Amino acid sequence: MKQFLYLWPFVKLGLTDVWRHKTRSFLTMLGVVFGVGSVIAMLAVGEGASQQALDSIKRLGSDNIMVQSVKPSGEEGGSTGSQRGTLAVYGLLYEDEERIRQTVPGVLMTVPARMTRRIARLGERQLEMRVVETVPGWFEVVQRPVMAGRVLSLNDLEVRANVCVLTEHGVRRLLAAEGMIGQRIRIASGVFEVIGIVKNETGGTVRAPDSEADAYIPITTGTRLFGEASIRYSAGGMEGEKVELSQIIVKMRDTSVVEMGSKAIEAVLERFHKKSDYRIDVPLTLLREAERTKRTYNIVLGTIAGISLLVGGIGIMNIMLASVTERTKEIGIRRAIGARRSRIVVQFLINTCVLSIGGGVVGVLLGVGIPLIITYFTDMPTVVQPYSLLLAFGISVAIGILFGLYPAMRAASLDPIEALRHE
Amino acid sequence: MIVRNRDFLRPAADEVIRLENVRRHYVVGDETVKALDGVSFSIKKGSYWSIMGSSGSGKSTMLNILGCLDRPSSGTYWLNGGNVAEMDDNALSDHRLKNLGFVFQSFHLIPQLTVCENIEVPMLYIGLSQSDRKGKAEALAAKVGMEHRLRHLPSELSGGQRQRVAVARALANDPAVLLADEPTGNLDSTTSVQIMDLFQELSEQGKTVILVTHEPDIAAYAKASIVLKDGVILTATEDAK
Ligand SMILES: Nc1ncnc2c1ncn2[C@@H]1O[C@H](COP(=O)(O)OP(=O)(O)OP(=O)(O)O)[C@@H](O)[C@H]1O
Ligand SMILES: [Mg+2]
Repeated sequence: MKQFLYLWPFVKLGLTDVWRHKTRSFLTMLGVVFGVGSVIAMLAVGEGASQQALDSIKRLGSDNIMVQSVKPSGEEGGSTGSQRGTLAVYGLLYEDEERIRQTVPGVLMTVPARMTRRIARLGERQLEMRVVETVPGWFEVVQRPVMAGRVLSLNDLEVRANVCVLTEHGVRRLLAAEGMIGQRIRIASGVFEVIGIVKNETGGTVRAPDSEADAYIPITTGTRLFGEASIRYSAGGMEGEKVELSQIIVKMRDTSVVEMGSKAIEAVLERFHKKSDYRIDVPLTLLREAERTKRTYNIVLGTIAGISLLVGGIGIMNIMLASVTERTKEIGIRRAIGARRSRIVVQFLINTCVLSIGGGVVGVLLGVGIPLIITYFTDMPTVVQPYSLLLAFGISVAIGILFGLYPAMRAASLDPIEALRHE
Repeated sequence: MIVRNRDFLRPAADEVIRLENVRRHYVVGDETVKALDGVSFSIKKGSYWSIMGSSGSGKSTMLNILGCLDRPSSGTYWLNGGNVAEMDDNALSDHRLKNLGFVFQSFHLIPQLTVCENIEVPMLYIGLSQSDRKGKAEALAAKVGMEHRLRHLPSELSGGQRQRVAVARALANDPAVLLADEPTGNLDSTTSVQIMDLFQELSEQGKTVILVTHEPDIAAYAKASIVLKDGVILTATEDAK
């Protein structure tokens, strides 16, 4: 406290000095203003972008492992020649799901899904939808808020009910404003009752399982109506592919066993699949990758911001050196009166800090304002984190001290007699 | 065998200042300027001295050494019983702050500070609290007759008023010794008399005053005098008291 009281007159002196040279001080501060402002703004934009990415990964569930069927490249081996052309058979099987559930340690549940594109109709309207044939567990594993009605139940699965759950996009485009829950729609050859509506995935930066108009139906109903496997013919019916399961989502007991689990799954699948017709995605790994990307991003931004702060600091140092020359006589007077060298150093450091902190405060305002403007005009999410304000403030103090030190030392090392003679 | 303690030179208790064979040489290029060339004398507590001499005789050099702004090239300077040669820069600064008060020919007030703030500067460095500083500065301003100009800047004052503020500042930490280098050099005769009366009063209150001047009628205020010529003492009159 006593120290502070001792410093206060010098802070006041620094403030009046800044005020006396308003234009000069303002121009000097600009460097720090933009430096600090850009640090905060860049961190906010970077944080916004990465939180968006992280969110969508997290929504996949960090304790999930996604196993997908993929078409093997340049592969003809498994095709069965038929009169209609070639049929590529690949992908995951019910047996794979069974094996994973039985042999991989730490598995809480597995959710099979078969995805096909089919035309849905309601009266005159028609819409190509992605039909996801799955089990009630899907809604537990891939968390999606229910907007109306209910999701699939075990009973639906058992009785092979003709029911479907739609995503809001599908609802908006197919049902429009007509009575939604209980409405009957036609999907391919079946008639389904709409029992529920779930929210769509937002901001799909990663391979999101359902980012569009989806219809979820019990997998048993799908088997009854469409068969054991999805068979798709394209190019005039000359080529087709047969996939039993498009996807198996494996929910692990805990995030700590995810990595081990994915290795075990890989081992199981490797043994029974001759070709590599599957892919294993681990959201947790994606999460780690995203975090690494974020770090790189921050380093790049930090370097740019650091350079602009450096330029600001050099500007301040330049002005302070001019100020030392200008105030040589004052320094001489203070030394003659009995000020120790260290007190002269402190005085000039405070003066520099007044400039740099002043610039820092304006810079913080700028740094909070810019992200708001960016979000307003571009819809890009930005997150100003409290720590970045502290960081920026700390940096501006550090700049004041760092770049003020040399001018201050120069002031203190002046010979008092010479300084007094200076006009 | 003669073993003599160097401390035989140590000044007596009532001597504030003692110089033993002090030299101050400036080396400029190939030339050596002997600004002081072997000066010895001592000054008793409470005395009033003038230092006279023609221009370039070494008066300011001497006062700077006495005021711890400069150090002798050789010789010994005892201040308050301490050898200045053995003190570091901080110790010299502290001596200037607590024991010495300077008054300069061109006032040397800090232009951006008010009268009151200028007087407060030495108290600031000694660590007085805000309220203590304010009370003391006002009292000192009153002592030199400047209590009605506390909020003014030096640029708004006349020369004589500025010098009075400078005297008040020199007295801020109640130093034992006042050093003045031609304090009336920039003033007219009437204001000179006012300033000299102020020094007279301070001397009577027990301060040791050392006054550099080249005007005999100003030197006449002092009780004793030293006359310098080319860096050596030409004559020195003893303290009358
Ligand atoms: N920094 C310096 N470098 C070189 N020579 C110096 C320096 N300072 C003073 N001198 C020389 O020392 C001598 C004494 O100077 P000093 O300032 O003490 O004179 P003075 O008696 O105060 O004169 P004046 O009455 O004009 O003020 C002069 O010859 C001067 O040129
Ligand atoms: Mg002189």
